[in-house]
Amino acid sequence: MSDKRATREALGATLLELAAEGRDDIVVLDADLAKATTTVKFAAAHPDRFFDVGIAEQNLIGTAAGLAAGGRTAFASSFAVFATGRAYDQVRNSVCYGNLDVKIAATHAGITVGPDGGSHQMVEDIALMRVLPNMRVLVPADYRAAAGAIRAAASTPGPFYIRLGRPALPAVYDDAFEFEVGRAYVLRAGTAVSLVACGAMVTRALDAANLLAAEGIAADVVDAATIKPLDEDTILASVTKTGAVVTCEEHSIIGGLGSAVAELVGEHAPVPLERVGVRDVFGTSGEADELMEHFGLSAGDIAAAARRVIARSSLSSS
Amino acid sequence: MTTADIPTIARTCRQMRRDIIEMVGAAGSGHPGGSLSAVEIVATLFGAAMEHDPARPDLPERDRFVLSKGHAAPVLYAALAESGYFPREELSTLRKLGSRLQGHPDARKLPGVEVSTGSLGQGLALANGLALALRLDDNAASTVYCLLGDGELQEGEVWEAAMLAAHYRLGNVVAIVDLNGLQIDGPTCEVMDVGDVGAKFAAFGWEVLTCDGHSLHELLAAFGAARLHRGGPVVIVARTMKGRGVSFMEGLCDWHGKAPNAEQCATALSEMAEGSAL
Repeated sequence: MSDKRATREALGATLLELAAEGRDDIVVLDADLAKATTTVKFAAAHPDRFFDVGIAEQNLIGTAAGLAAGGRTAFASSFAVFATGRAYDQVRNSVCYGNLDVKIAATHAGITVGPDGGSHQMVEDIALMRVLPNMRVLVPADYRAAAGAIRAAASTPGPFYIRLGRPALPAVYDDAFEFEVGRAYVLRAGTAVSLVACGAMVTRALDAANLLAAEGIAADVVDAATIKPLDEDTILASVTKTGAVVTCEEHSIIGGLGSAVAELVGEHAPVPLERVGVRDVFGTSGEADELMEHFGLSAGDIAAAARRVIARSSLSSS
Repeated sequence: MTTADIPTIARTCRQMRRDIIEMVGAAGSGHPGGSLSAVEIVATLFGAAMEHDPARPDLPERDRFVLSKGHAAPVLYAALAESGYFPREELSTLRKLGSRLQGHPDARKLPGVEVSTGSLGQGLALANGLALALRLDDNAASTVYCLLGDGELQEGEVWEAAMLAAHYRLGNVVAIVDLNGLQIDGPTCEVMDVGDVGAKFAAFGWEVLTCDGHSLHELLAAFGAARLHRGGPVVIVARTMKGRGVSFMEGLCDWHGKAPNAEQCATALSEMAEGSAL
């Protein structure tokens, strides 16, 4: 499992597969970023079912909603910053209010966009999408999970937000992996702390678990691949077992996975919690790995947060 | 196009105006001005121009209607009730808890409403999407009609969608602009001048027709001409008067989003009595 592939590469490839499997109902829309989002693969094979709307994201979402109202399953793709931010009211009113079959597959999410800088580094998208009724939010951790998420969304009616990234990521899952909407995956079993991660942070959480293991600390690692609906049972089972939790996301600490887990744990099983994520600031130019260090999203940062919540947990239980 | 004689549509218009006043009055809130300006447009569409069957609102061959200016929901509800999509008695539930007649049209609740609208500027993109889906379905018979307000043209998405309809040569899209010249804060030319609406659409590659939006004769002719033009999108710029048919509402932006009280309702309804000018 040494291959590294970007989650966005799963978009064009999986849409092509679905078309080959007879999903003639699927249409794909892009807003002048088809090469970057990889929907260009679908466009080349099925030009009659691909619509480039130009640099017009409100139109992207609105037209997709109309196609969905006309009986199609519409995949709309752009960069995360534009698909969710620029077109928020269209996502809310044209898609979610009407509960239409639109899948917003957004790429270049998070700070790993890199050198393009803060204007393009979307770290608020999970928050924006998560609060919308009818919307489901998927944040796959690797290429295979992304392919599975796209398939799952394509076969489940209603609005979806699928968060995809620019950089190549190490594989977390093998070929047998099947993505289930609403399920979190326990990747490593531990006793001392729960590391609940999503997207590019899953690998880093696994790395953090290795760092902690070297100190004799056994961490549960949970991939919360579906942020909404959150797999409450799996996450509560983990935190009630370990008594401490660290959330890990390439997103603002406000409104994303950290908030979702804090809401759940706060209501049902209060335990010491820390959120590893972008701390309410905009991004900046730099290489992806540099930025993950810069914003405190490294395996070392997760491990440090884990030690702190474990210390708080033992204080409160002693 | 189905045939309906002008006197019949005129009678429907009179009833729809009564319905609008009664339902907005009963609701105690709502948008009478922009509903009244669009009565002839909507009545001509549902009474003559559009193929549709209230008994089969999902008929594939039907024409589609998108009310982009969703706040004019009362005129749509009046037309749907007149057509038989739901019982007339339900009009009095407008804007009330549990009603299918939401403050702005909700496609999930009410048959005959193709898509939910209300946030201005979004209807034309929805109409384009419906039109693209019809093209993919090889449905050459159906047309998508989209009614926009003139103030709504200030929204940028309208022009993104206008570009798309021309680019994809959506000959099955007919937009109608209810050019009543008024918006909440005042005359559109003072709030934010939308300029020559026809020239703007023409510059975006649309076929432009203009007509008196209260003349059934002119509207029928315009819809007939629009139907024949299948090479690209058509816009009918319909000159109208906000509040049309209620003397104390006509031409006043104050009646954009205010309900008449009981006394005002009675006055308005008396003006619409059988044999009145309208």
